[in-house]
Amino acid sequence: MKLHKTLTAVAAAGAVALMMSTAASAVTLQMHNGGDPGSLDPHKVSGDWENRVVGDYIEGLVTEDTKADAIPGQAESWDISEDGTVYTFHLREGIKWTDGEPVTAEDFVFAFQRLMNPATASEYAYLQYPIKNAEAINSGEITDFSQLGVKALDDKTVEITLEAATPYFLQALTHYTAYPVPKHLVDEFGDAWTDIEHIVANGPFKITEWLPGSYVHSVKNEDYYDAANVKIDEVYYHVLEDQAAALNRYRAGEFDILTDLPSDQYQWIQDNLPGQAHVEPFLGIYYYVLNQEKPPLNDPSIREALSISVLRDVIGPDILGTGELPAYGWVPEGTANYEGDVYMPEWATQPYEERVAKAKELLAAAGYTPENPLTLQLRYNTNDNHQRIAVAIAAMWEPIGVKVELFNAETAVHYDALRAGDFQVGRAGWLLDYSDAANTLDLLKTGTQQGDTMNWGNNYGRYSNPDFDKLMTDAAVELDLAKRAELLHQAETLAMDQFAAIPIYWYVSKNVVSPKITGFEDNAKDIHRTRWLTKAE
Amino acid sequence: MLGYALRRVLSAIPIALIAVTVCFFILRLAPGGPFDGERALPPTVLANLRAHYNLDQPLINQYFIYLWRLLHGDLGPSMVIDGFNVSQLIRIGFPFTLTVALTAFVIATAIGVVAGMIAAVNQNKWPDYVLVLVVMLGVVVPNFLMAAILQLWFGVYLGWLPAGGWVNGSILHLVLPVTVLAWPHAARISRLMRGSMIEVLGTNYVRTAKSKGLGQRLVLARHAIKPALLPVVSYLGPGLSYLLTGSLAVEQIFGLPGIGKYFVTAALNRDYGIVLGTTILYMFIILALNLLVDLLYAWLDPKVRYR
Repeated sequence: MKLHKTLTAVAAAGAVALMMSTAASAVTLQMHNGGDPGSLDPHKVSGDWENRVVGDYIEGLVTEDTKADAIPGQAESWDISEDGTVYTFHLREGIKWTDGEPVTAEDFVFAFQRLMNPATASEYAYLQYPIKNAEAINSGEITDFSQLGVKALDDKTVEITLEAATPYFLQALTHYTAYPVPKHLVDEFGDAWTDIEHIVANGPFKITEWLPGSYVHSVKNEDYYDAANVKIDEVYYHVLEDQAAALNRYRAGEFDILTDLPSDQYQWIQDNLPGQAHVEPFLGIYYYVLNQEKPPLNDPSIREALSISVLRDVIGPDILGTGELPAYGWVPEGTANYEGDVYMPEWATQPYEERVAKAKELLAAAGYTPENPLTLQLRYNTNDNHQRIAVAIAAMWEPIGVKVELFNAETAVHYDALRAGDFQVGRAGWLLDYSDAANTLDLLKTGTQQGDTMNWGNNYGRYSNPDFDKLMTDAAVELDLAKRAELLHQAETLAMDQFAAIPIYWYVSKNVVSPKITGFEDNAKDIHRTRWLTKAE
Repeated sequence: MLGYALRRVLSAIPIALIAVTVCFFILRLAPGGPFDGERALPPTVLANLRAHYNLDQPLINQYFIYLWRLLHGDLGPSMVIDGFNVSQLIRIGFPFTLTVALTAFVIATAIGVVAGMIAAVNQNKWPDYVLVLVVMLGVVVPNFLMAAILQLWFGVYLGWLPAGGWVNGSILHLVLPVTVLAWPHAARISRLMRGSMIEVLGTNYVRTAKSKGLGQRLVLARHAIKPALLPVVSYLGPGLSYLLTGSLAVEQIFGLPGIGKYFVTAALNRDYGIVLGTTILYMFIILALNLLVDLLYAWLDPKVRYR
C-alpha cells in the first residue's frame, strides 16, 4: 500500500516536471552528441562530437550550409586571383565576439599562426598546409610566424596566399582548424581562454556551461549577424556513449537527435519509428591493411588472393545490418574534384565461386593449401562490429588455405602496433577530412625519411611504389582540375591493381532525427549545423 | 584506541606510496600511449605534445615530477581531456558519484538489514522465499542490464521517470541510478544479515533470554541485532567502496557526470593523469573506510580489543 502511494507520488511529480518543461517557451534542442569533448578550443579538438559543439559557437571565413557546402561566413565575399593562389576575404560589417570586441582580420591572422605554431600541437593543422609556408612553420623549419601566407590588409580584409592552387581550399576553410580565435583573450589568458568564465563566441550560439560527462549547454547568440533566422534558443549536447541507452532516451522523448544508432536496432527503428533513421553514404572507407614490409604479404599474388576472396556484399546488409555498400576502390563515390568512373576491378563482378577458385590457385602457386595453410594474424581494435567482420572474413579465408589468428586490443594498443609495423593484417578506417580524392590516396604514399627513421604516417601497410608517388606529386601541382583528376584516377588504379590494401566497405552516417525537427538535410560530410534546424513543439 | 587509529593512519602512508609507484610504472609498461589514436600525429606535433606532458623525459624523472606535484596536492593534467585538469575533473565529478553511492548505500543497508531480519525470523516461510527471489534478481542480473531494463520500463514504456541525464537538484533523475546501484548491495547485506541472525537466534544467550520470558521484539532488539550485525559491518567498508567504484555502468547508461567512467575509459585511452588521480582517490577512500570499519567493530564486539 505504502509502496503504491510512493509510486503514485513519484509519477505525479514526474508529470508536473514534464508539464513544466513543455510549458517553457524557449525552443531547446536536445542533441545526443556521443563522446565528451576533450576541449572547446578549435585548435585542440579532433572529433566529430567536438566539431558539433565548436562549429556552433565559432564561425570561420566561410561556413557550411544545410548540405555542408561552403558559403560565406564571417567573410561576406572573396576574390580569387587568376592563378588560384591568392584569396582575398572581405569581412562582414558589425561582426563581434560576445564580449563586444569586434572580430577583425587580425583575429584570423593570429589564429592561423597559432594553429601552425608547433607549440600548439594541433592535431589537424596539416589540413591547412595548402597555405604558403604553413608546413614549414608547423614542422619548425621556419620560426618567423609572419612568413605564413595569411595577412591582414586592414581590419576587414584577410589575404591568404597558397603554395599552389588548391581546388578544395574553400572546403578546407569550413574546417574548424580555419576558425578565428579572439586574439585579445588568448593574449590575456593563454590556453585558458576557453574556460567557461572567459569563453566568447562569434557563431550562432555561445557556450554557457560544460558539465564533463553529462553535457555542454549553449544558448543563442543574439549578436550573431543572422540571429533573426536562428530558430533554436538553446542546445544541450549530451554526452552518452552507450548507444542503446541513447536510443532509450530518444524513445522517452529526451533527445531530439541521435548522432549514432546501435546497428542491431536499425531494423527495429525502421519498423517502429519509420522515417526517423537517416543512414546515408558518408565519405569514409573501412579497410584492412596488409603489412608489406615482410613476407608473405609483400607478395602481390597473396594479397590478391586475400582481397578477391572477401565476399563484401554480405558485410553491410547481413553482418552490420545497416546496409553499408561494398568497397573495391580507394576513393568514395561522390568525392569532389574526382570526375570519371568509379574504380571497379573485373573480379568484383565475377561469381564468388570463381573468385575463390582463383584465390586457391594463387595461394597454391605460392605453396599454401588448406592442408598446409598460410597462417596470418588479424588484428583489430576491440569493438563488436570489428569482431563480427573479422570472424566473417577469417571464415571466408579458411577455404582458400589461410588460417587466421584473431587478435584484438584496445584502440591505443592497436594503432601503436600498426604504426610500429607489428602486425600482418590489421583493421583500419579513414574518414575524409575534406571532400577530395587526394585525402584518401595520400594514405598509400611512401613515408618520408626523418633522420634515420622513416615516418610512414597513416600508411600502416607501408605500401611503396615510386610510380604511385610520382602520380601523387604530379597531381598536387596540376592546376587543371580534369587533368588532376585523371592523374589521381591513375594512382588509384595502380595501387588497387597491386592490392595495396583490402578495401571492405564505405562508411555510412547514422542519425536518428525526431519528426519535430526540420532542416536536417542528409549530406556526405554528416555536418548539420544547429542554426539551420527548427523544432516544433 | 586513539593510538591505534593514529598508527593505522601512519601505516597507510607507505601503503599509499607503494600503490602510487606500482600504478605509475604498470601504466607505463602497458603498450600504447595517450596519443596513439586512429590517426598518426605529425612527428613535430607528437614531439611537442610529449614535451608538454614531460613524456619525453626518462621515466624515473617523470615519476619524481609526479610525486613532487602530488605532494603539493596537484594531480597534474589529463592527456585526453584538455579543457580540465585532473583535480578539476575530480572536483566536478566526485560529488555526483558520492551522492549517488551514499544514497544507494544508506537505502540499501537499511533495506538489507531489515529484510534479512524478517527472513531470519520467518525462516523457510513465504517472506523468506519472496526475499530470496528478489535478492537473487539483484545479484544475478548485472547492473548494466538492470539499468537498461529499468530505463526502458520506467523511462520509455511507463514514462514515470527520466530515462537518464542530469538536471541540477532533481531527485527524480537519481531514482533509477540509485535503484540499480542499491539493489545488489541490499541483496548481499540481506543474505549476510539473514545468515548471521539465524545463527545468533540459535545461541544459548538468546535462548536464555527467551526462556526468561522476554518477548520476541525485545529479544531481537536487545540481544540479537547487535551481534548479528557484525558480518554486515565488516562488509560495509568494501561494500561502499564497491558502490563508489562500481558506478561506471550506471553513470555511462544514465549519462551522469560522475567519475566512475574515467576510471575505465582513461585507462583505455592511456590517460595517465586521470588513471593515477582516480586510483589515488579510491585508494584513500578504501583505506579510510577500512579504518572506520575496524573502529566500528570495537564498539560492536566486546571480544575485539585494539592494541
